[in-house]
Amino acid sequence: MKDLLAFTVIGIVTGSVYAIAASGLVLTYTTSGIFNFAHGGIGMLMAFTYWEFRFHHHWPAPLALFVVVFVIAPALGALIERVLMRNLHGRSTGTSLVVTIGLMVMLMGIAQGIWPPAARPFPEFYSGHGVTIFGIFVTTHQIITIIVAGLAALIFWYLLNRTRTGVAMRAVVDDRNLAALNGVSPARVSMLSWALGSSLAALAGILIAPALNLEILNLTLLVVVAYAAAVVGKLKSLPLTFAGAMILGLLTSYLSLSWVHAEKIPGLPGALPTIMLFACLLLLPEERLRVGRITSERGPRVPSLGESLQGGILLVVGAIVVSLVLSDANLVRVGQGMALALVMLSLVVLMGYGGQISLAQMTFVGMGAFAMARFGLGGSPLGLLMAPLLAAPIGALVALPALRLQGLYLALATMAFGVAAENMLFPRAWLFGSSTRVVPRLHLFGVHFDGEKSFFVLLAIVFSLFGIGVLALRRGRFGRLVSAMRDSPAACTTLGVNLLTTRLAVFTLSAAMAGFAGAFYGGLRGSAQTNDFLMFQSLPLLLMAVIGGITTVSGALVGGLLLGLLQTQSSTGVLAGLVFLFTGAAAVSLGRNPHGVAFYISQKLEPLKDKVPWFRPEEPDEPLTEELPRIAAAAG
Amino acid sequence: MPLLQAEEISVTFGGHRALVDVSVDAEEGRITGLIGPNGAGKTTCFNVLSGLQPPQGGRVIFDSQDISAVPAYKRGRLGMARTFQRIEVFGSLTVFENVLVAAEIRHRWSRGEEIDLDAECNDIIDLVGLRKVADQRVDSIPTGLSRLTELARALATKPRVILLDEPSSGLDDDESEAFGDLLLTLAKRGVAILLVEHDIDLVMQVCDRIHVLDFGTIIAVGTPVEIRKDKRVQKAYLGED
Amino acid sequence: MDAPVLEMKDLHAAYGRIPVLFGVDLVVPARSVVALLGPNGAGKTTTLRVACGQHVPTSGCLHVAGKHVNGAGADDLARAGVCTIPEGRGIFANLTVDENLTMMTYTGASIADVRERAFGRFPRLFERREQLAGTMSGGEQQMLALARALATEPALLLLDEISMGLAPLIVAELYEAVRNIAADGVAILLTEQYARTALEVADYAAVMTQGRVRQMGEPADIASELSGAYLGSHGEAKRSRGAKQ
Repeated sequence: MKDLLAFTVIGIVTGSVYAIAASGLVLTYTTSGIFNFAHGGIGMLMAFTYWEFRFHHHWPAPLALFVVVFVIAPALGALIERVLMRNLHGRSTGTSLVVTIGLMVMLMGIAQGIWPPAARPFPEFYSGHGVTIFGIFVTTHQIITIIVAGLAALIFWYLLNRTRTGVAMRAVVDDRNLAALNGVSPARVSMLSWALGSSLAALAGILIAPALNLEILNLTLLVVVAYAAAVVGKLKSLPLTFAGAMILGLLTSYLSLSWVHAEKIPGLPGALPTIMLFACLLLLPEERLRVGRITSERGPRVPSLGESLQGGILLVVGAIVVSLVLSDANLVRVGQGMALALVMLSLVVLMGYGGQISLAQMTFVGMGAFAMARFGLGGSPLGLLMAPLLAAPIGALVALPALRLQGLYLALATMAFGVAAENMLFPRAWLFGSSTRVVPRLHLFGVHFDGEKSFFVLLAIVFSLFGIGVLALRRGRFGRLVSAMRDSPAACTTLGVNLLTTRLAVFTLSAAMAGFAGAFYGGLRGSAQTNDFLMFQSLPLLLMAVIGGITTVSGALVGGLLLGLLQTQSSTGVLAGLVFLFTGAAAVSLGRNPHGVAFYISQKLEPLKDKVPWFRPEEPDEPLTEELPRIAAAAG
Repeated sequence: MPLLQAEEISVTFGGHRALVDVSVDAEEGRITGLIGPNGAGKTTCFNVLSGLQPPQGGRVIFDSQDISAVPAYKRGRLGMARTFQRIEVFGSLTVFENVLVAAEIRHRWSRGEEIDLDAECNDIIDLVGLRKVADQRVDSIPTGLSRLTELARALATKPRVILLDEPSSGLDDDESEAFGDLLLTLAKRGVAILLVEHDIDLVMQVCDRIHVLDFGTIIAVGTPVEIRKDKRVQKAYLGED
Repeated sequence: MDAPVLEMKDLHAAYGRIPVLFGVDLVVPARSVVALLGPNGAGKTTTLRVACGQHVPTSGCLHVAGKHVNGAGADDLARAGVCTIPEGRGIFANLTVDENLTMMTYTGASIADVRERAFGRFPRLFERREQLAGTMSGGEQQMLALARALATEPALLLLDEISMGLAPLIVAELYEAVRNIAADGVAILLTEQYARTALEVADYAAVMTQGRVRQMGEPADIASELSGAYLGSHGEAKRSRGAKQ
């Protein structure tokens, strides 16, 4: 009984922090319509900033707290709104997702650059002090946390209901256009709410940092918990969000009770928020089909079979030349990029063609690597066969319940799945366990691809074949259907398409492709373990695929090579930070161009086309008549 | 017995009654108009008929069967096609591919024998008059042609009834006239056509019968001549005299 | 005579790739009420959306009080004295009546003045001041919307089909308020489904079809043309489409 009470107190404290974080998320989402994946990242950066002032420069706690929560955090939030988010208004969910994920990665890069990994003691407020209530010792920090959450809720309520500014904020949520007609600048209201949301993120980050040891990734992923709580309130209701946060806090805490025997399900505490998130998403009603979207972004032309064959041969010849020139060590680096490009092809099919979002692609890669390790002993092709066969059903499993939902909610569900997999699936003893599995390289037709040179050429051949296959798919019936579904789900429905089964097919296919790529990715690295396939690693993958160009095969190649080079060049903390920074910044700036670098380059090379007979870049069709205005109305 | 019938359907959006006991029907080989002032509920009515909007009350009957509980995609397979007021084309595909994808979709679920879908689609392209732009991506052609692409796509599913939501907007006078002739051709082939259209001249000229919707209720049904003389219709459009 | 309060010259506008306005020319002189009439889809609402800054025109000129204001935001124009009551719902449904009135102070009026004018003209709103605006009847909602025009003393008032979905008695009451506002010298541009109602208060009327203003003049001259614009040409079909059986 005393246990229960003690853990209830801990649960309420945890819930309070979650509530603070989640309410900030809800605030920015409702007033700007943009779901801020970087919310946790802001909290993380601010917690580090607080640490810098408080424990490095030894400022008094109240001063450090004031400067961070009331000056720096709001300024950062306002800056983010002004520079990034304002331009995103009315754009597709996919675009704003990529931009906020890019921002999140960028913030992590900044933090890693300024504060390289090291032990940073971050004591609680009034560490060691506390009072005993009903025989339970409650620390002063815990009391402060609960009070702060309560105060935040009260201030929030007062602001929104009793001040003119608060009324304006709610008015903007209710009807943005009408608010403008009343003379309110919706942009300024958005800026204010981003500033406030940022403050709340900072507060949550600082309060929870002592428990999380001021660790970049853990603090950034606080956002997952905040999502879970916010989804309880359907990303709108603040009271329900508070309730969700408390339930989550209490549940997490109760898992530590001895009689719950949570240890029987390893990884459960870490996966709990995502399980709750997933459960809430399942309870959401199916999204209604929207009509009346106008998209007029003109995309690249699809290359013909001849063109893609030429491209493939060119790539393989190029790879052979490169393999003869480069040292083995450098080949591994380029090979890593090639393997990642192969993974990105699965995203081209899923996102570029099908318009679906997945934040768990590395999970499928992991399944593929595992299949190669388990069934591909001695380089047996059986491993290669099993890789897609293992990954596909898992893809279908995550997709089946989530596909009723679209856009943001689908992204959240796949993310939840990715986190659950890294906590509960991969650590299973029969999968990766806590050890590292050796992943063999393929032996086929008596040829051993064990050497770096031969494996690199093999990767190029496989990428070429898959690229040609993906383009053939796009030109064929299924590709047409999938593109049609992305362009207008409503029209497809009225033509007789069952959207659910079609989406399921695309998702499963994409998972199978990622699994297949995983067999090579694992083979290139020679080993695989749980930490290679964290949900978080799916994010740079997605970002780079978008940067390269998510709608084209050449985009996947460019994106993969870029990501591979960046990853292998950055073993130290500062460099890794710069890599994150670059990736994030590029994704952010590319938010406006959905076709990526490869398309851009091909446009620039357009004049060369006639001079170089084999070079046929993917190009846009000429408009028939006038130059059309670019508008992409809200889609999801 | 009309091919498609809406019987007393009602739709409410958060307290606002968009449709109140609305009954409309469309007969094979006939063009039926559905007109009314802005916000009268025409598009909502189409959404109910095609299954994109569940009604709070009433039934939808197709070919003597109650299809009220049939999901939208299955209605498409029954032979119901539609176009959209805000165009819903497949912008990243060519005009020909837009038509082809619809034919392929129909071919898949109808499990028909292998036929030359390309030839079939080419016929439709010629019928609708899209030959010149057949190989252009739809996101690069003018609005009027996009609307025709939507119609061609709908025809590729070999529909028995087709719901057209403001199909002539974006067409110039000549195109609009050709479009009227096209509708008459389709009707002659036995297709039931339900037409929402703000070009009243077009409606009056091609429709056999017209339903007039105002504030979510049907205020008049009749031939074009009857509708033009109807006092309630004049009031709905012009206000009290 | 003063510069016209609103002037549009060869204005084009589109939604994405769908063009809606094809060169609108329209003038609202100072102190006058202009009724913008025409059938569905003629572009009346879009014309108003352009006038109030909610929709950026593709080309052409928009002048408010003699100033070129293409590209000015809706909130800028609102603070400059353009009051717009949009079609359908001109109120914040999830805010109380009092909070809706609070929103009206963003153009400069004090809350006391806003309350006095709104409640003075529409006493029913006072009874409902604590209620969520969305739960009131359609007529009361439209009164609340119109209260903004009374309370903020605009230079130009844009009204988009304020009678939509309302009973004739309520429409009469609303138009009584519109007349009072006009009597204070506020220039008004209004669209109306009920052409005859609008023509009663208007000094000038403009008829729109297919994205252009076809005709502008005194209400009496316009009235006779209207039926044709709304219900198609009288008599036999203009175009020879053959006999129909």
